[in-house]
Parts: sequence; structure tokens; C-alpha cells
Amino acid sequence: MIATTYKQAITQGLADALAEDDSVFLFGEDVAAAGGVFKATEGLRERFGDTRVLDTPISEQAIVGAAIGAALMGLRPIAEIMFADFAGVCFDGLANQLAKYRYMTGGQASLPVTVRMANGSPGGFGAQHSQSGENWFLNIPGLKIVVPGTPADAYDLIRAAIRDPDPVLYYEHKGLYNIKGPLRAAADARAEIGCAELVRQGGHVTVVATQLMRHRAVEATQVLAGEGIEVELIDLRTLVPLDLDAVLASIERTNHLVVVQESSFGGSWGATLVAAVLEQAFEILDAPPLVVRGDETPIAYAANLESAWLPDSQRIAEAIRRTVAY
Amino acid sequence: MTSRTGIAPGADGELSIDDRLALLRRMLEIRFFEDEVQRLFTKGLVRGTTHLGQGQEAVPVGVCAALRDGDTMTCTYRGHGAVLAMGAPLDEAFGEILGRANGLCRGKGGSMHLTDLRVGALGSYAIVGAHLPITVGAALAARYTKSGAVGVAFFGEGSTNIGAFHEALNLAGIWRLPAVFVCENNLYGEYSPYASTTPVDTIAERAASYGMPGVRIDGNDVEQVRATAIEAVERARSGDGPTLLEAMTYRQVGHSRSDPAKYRPEGELEQWLERDPIVVYERVLSEAGVDADALASIRASAEEEVAAALERAAASPEPELGSRLEDVYAS
Ligand SMILES: Cc1ncc(C[n+]2csc(CCOP(=O)(O)OP(=O)(O)O)c2C)c(N)n1
Ligand SMILES: [Mg+2]
Repeated sequence: MIATTYKQAITQGLADALAEDDSVFLFGEDVAAAGGVFKATEGLRERFGDTRVLDTPISEQAIVGAAIGAALMGLRPIAEIMFADFAGVCFDGLANQLAKYRYMTGGQASLPVTVRMANGSPGGFGAQHSQSGENWFLNIPGLKIVVPGTPADAYDLIRAAIRDPDPVLYYEHKGLYNIKGPLRAAADARAEIGCAELVRQGGHVTVVATQLMRHRAVEATQVLAGEGIEVELIDLRTLVPLDLDAVLASIERTNHLVVVQESSFGGSWGATLVAAVLEQAFEILDAPPLVVRGDETPIAYAANLESAWLPDSQRIAEAIRRTVAY
Repeated sequence: MTSRTGIAPGADGELSIDDRLALLRRMLEIRFFEDEVQRLFTKGLVRGTTHLGQGQEAVPVGVCAALRDGDTMTCTYRGHGAVLAMGAPLDEAFGEILGRANGLCRGKGGSMHLTDLRVGALGSYAIVGAHLPITVGAALAARYTKSGAVGVAFFGEGSTNIGAFHEALNLAGIWRLPAVFVCENNLYGEYSPYASTTPVDTIAERAASYGMPGVRIDGNDVEQVRATAIEAVERARSGDGPTLLEAMTYRQVGHSRSDPAKYRPEGELEQWLERDPIVVYERVLSEAGVDADALASIRASAEEEVAAALERAAASPEPELGSRLEDVYAS
């Protein structure tokens, strides 16, 4: 398999979905003529034309609303909201309209909307362009949330999101756009929504991470292997629905849990996961679960402050050592 | 009474030569400041990205010359010029962009968020449209406290397509608040030409929906900007309500540092470079009898001041690591 970048994997996934299904179309700010602020939609307008790949004004509320309306009429819109932080501007559309339509109408319709957003630190973009936005939507049943961390998952999950009958928030990590990796050849090996990946097997401790933190956790596991600590690493890939079974099965083997996340603690997916694990598997844990996370602050601009905020492989390794030694 | 920029306000009062030189000088400081920021970015000393406004200086300088102490200003991520035009210190502005402890926001905000409450600069906002309702609040407070202050907001033409713009202008209109909304129409929102996202010919005509006057002006003519702003500010201060100004201008550089601005039609930049607000104003002053030496020495002293400010900023340390935990709450 030829290696592609995470960004190319997204572009290819979008292109394949557009080619496969006429009801799929894509729109957002500067996604068409300019190929996207992050260049993830480059070439799509040239290939699919400007009725299927559309630029919009700076109007996030209208973008989300229009996606809902078009989906109700049988289309499969892909809306881009650029930086995940901008979801604040169209929060009602996402949280009250998109998420609840099917339920409130007694299941009369489903809304196959995909909303693409770019997540994450540490680019030096400051407090309003660096957040991990998935945590904002965890408490809103009706939305599925995917957080791919590799090119293969980026491809598979954008395809799965577009095919899914329900609304899916698809988070791309800005810090991963240029990482390379192979795509999956066999269709039956593809990542599916709601299915975690066992990245590495190990008997001492279960570590759960996503996106950039998955990669930093991999670095930590390599250091720890040299110290005789064998980490079992799980990348959730989807936050809603949560693949709790995969995590519980691993904890059965390791009896220890460390979660690594790129956000503060309160209301986060890591906190949610720990709560769910404690509910179901309190007795099999040999140590309190630990969540390695950002401080309870916004993300600062200055380089040293931003990197102190974001967990790095040393902090992750330290937390794992402490948990194992408990 | 002098304005924020030390230039005598008053629509009727003729500008003295000193006033005119002060306007020029402020534009030059902003230009040199942003040229430096561009160099610093290339050297990897500015993080993330930065949005520069070379070519647009006459708008903030002209408008802020119409303000007085106590008036307030909000602007966008492309707001270095506006914050400096309010009188924020050059070295602390550099410090913020370099992420240093002496920065306006202690290194926590960055280029997109320059804020200096000491001079009424209520913030640079990176979420399009976010500051327009905030300006309405500042104007509401001015009326509530009878302070006589006026609130000004700068924003791009692309921002007039977001909901917050319409809600803010409507509210300011219905409450006849002391606000001035200054649209810097630089023809592009990111990479999109303005006609491709905006179905009306002028932004000024949007004012009609909100019961306020809308005026389109040459945003590269600093004296015209100032004169129009004085009228709008006086109207606001006297209780006659808000105004929407549309200042036609041009950003001579890309949207952000990753943008080579290839979407510009050929020749467009060159045409606008001829109408560079600083070049134009130097010509005006020279025709008014200011000799070339005087103009050259203003340039040189502005450049020196900017260089000295950068040196001070660069000498400032990184913020202390523990400071990242401060400032989340007041108590
Ligand atoms: C709510 C929101 N949507 C999108 C963006 C991304 N964005 C930043 S600047 C910009 C263009 C703004 O254009 P305009 O208002 O004309 O201002 P200019 O940049 O030309 O000064 C966009 C779309 C944003 N920052 N906030
Ligand atoms: Mg613009």
C-alpha cells in the first residue's frame, strides 16, 4: 500500500463518497475555489463541479441549518465548519436541531449530515483556534462523534460518517494533517463508527488515547517497554457511540487504566470513560484510573505555556509508571 | 480636548500641519510594526499565524483620531493597526505577538487577541462577528452610565454575512446607541472575493435595514476617513444613534501567512499599491508644502521607534510557566 497523508486520506474519502453517491455534496467557507483553509478539499470542485462543492459566506448558522434542511429532503450533506472552535457560533443548529430532530419527530426522518471540523493544539493559534471541540458535544444524545488519529482511520471514518444515517461530527486533528500511513486495502478491515482499535498489546496497563495523544502515547509506550512496563494501547476512534467493551476487555487483562486526552478534565470524554469503567469494572482495577490531561485553563498562546498545557510523552509515561506502581 | 491620537478633534477645525504629520506618523508606525511582524513570522518567532493589514492603515488611524479618552474600540484578528491607533504601546504589542511576559496579555492572547483596556482597546476578536454585539454592550453601558463615550467596532466586509452582525446592528439601531460600526471593505474575506459572498453592491446599504445611516468612503484617504468618523462619532455622542461606515481599502498581503493570495486578478495589487494610503498622504502633504526632508525624518523616526520597541520586547522573558494557571477566574 502506498502511504498517504492524513489530509490526503480525507480528500480521497470525500472524493470517493462524492463519486459513489450523487446525493452527497460538500459545502463551507472557502472549501471550493480555494480547496479549504487546510487544503483538505483541494481539487474537489474541479472534479465534481460547483453544484456539488460549494463555497459559502461566513455564516455557520446558515451552513448547519442548510445541511439539516437538505438532509431532510434526502441529500447527504457534508458541511465544513473549519476550526472546531467555530462550532460555538452554530451550537444551536448542532445541539438542538441536528441532534434532536429524529427523536422529537418520533423517528420520521434521519439526518445523514456529516460536519467536518478541525481540532487541536499545539499550533500556536491561541485560545479560540486550538480546542478539542468533541468534548462540547458529549452530553447531547443524537450526535455521533468520530476522532480519527491515522490516515487509514481518517479515510475509513469519513466514508463511514457520510454513509451513516445519523448526524456525525467528524473531527480532523490539525497537528496530524501531514502524518503518513497506509490506507486499508480490504473493505472488511475498515474502521467502523463505534469500534476502537487495539494499537498495541501489553499486559500491565491499559492506555486509552485519541488523535495527537495516541501518537504521544505510542512514544511513551516505547520508553516504558525499555523499563519492562508493557502497555496495551487503545485508540477509541469514536467517542459516541463509545466502544466500552473494548476498554473493559483490556482492563480485564491489565487491571490498570490511564486515559490521555487533549483537553481539561471537567465534562471530557476521559472523565466520561473513567466513570463508565468504574460503574462496570470497579473490582477489577488494581489502581485508581488516571486521566492525563490539560490544565483547567484555556490554551495560552506563548510557546512554553501551550506546551506545558498539552500532555507530552514524558508526562504520559510518568502517569503510567505511577499507576502501575500503585 | 485632544483625541486619542493627540490630534485636535472637531469637524470644523482645520487640521494643523502638526496634526497632519501626526496622522502620517501613526500610519507609518503601524506599517513598520506590521512589516516587522511579517519578518518575525518568517523567522519562526510568531506562532500559529498572523493577519496583517498593510494598506489599510488609514482606516484605524483616521477613525481613532476622531475618538477621545473614554471611548472604546473593538476589532478583529487583523487588528494590530486599530489597537496601536488607540495608543497601545508598541513594545507591549510586539511582546504579545512574540509570546513574552511583557506582552499586552502576558503572552496568553497572541497576535489575534491584542487587547489594552488602558487605552479603550476592548479586544481583538478571532471569531468572526463576535465583537459586534460586545460593542453594542459597551455603547449601552456608556448610555447607562451617562459617560458620553462612544463605542467603535472595526470588522471586515466578509463579517457582515454572519448572524451576529445583523443582531448587533439591529439592536444598536433600535436602542439608538452611541456606536460606530466601521467596515473595512478590503475586497476579500479569506480567499473569497466580496461579490462571491455578498449579494448587495455595498455594505453601506445594509444600514437601511437597521435604521441607521450607511456611508461608503475612500478608506485609503486618512483625512476623509477622519472627517466622516468625526461626524459619525458626534452623531453617536449626541444621542442620534449609530452609523455604519464602509471604508473601501485593500490588504496588500494575503489573508494570513499561509496565503500567497493567488486568487487576486492580475494588476489589482499594483493598482492598489499606487493608492497606498501612506504614499497618497505623503503626496498630499508634500503638495501642501511639507518638504521632502521633513517627510523623510518622520519616516526615519517612526522606523527607529518601532525598532527600539521590538528590541525591548525581544529582551522580555518568556512568561513564567506557572502563569498559565493564573487569570482564569478573578477569585
Ligand atoms: C465564526 C468564524 N468563522 C470563520 C472564521 C475564519 N475566518 C477568519 S477571517 C475570515 C474572513 C473574514 O473576512 P472579512 O470579514 O472580510 O475580514 P478581513 O479578514 O478581510 O479583514 C474567516 C472566514 C472565523 N475566524 N470565525
Ligand atoms: Mg475582508
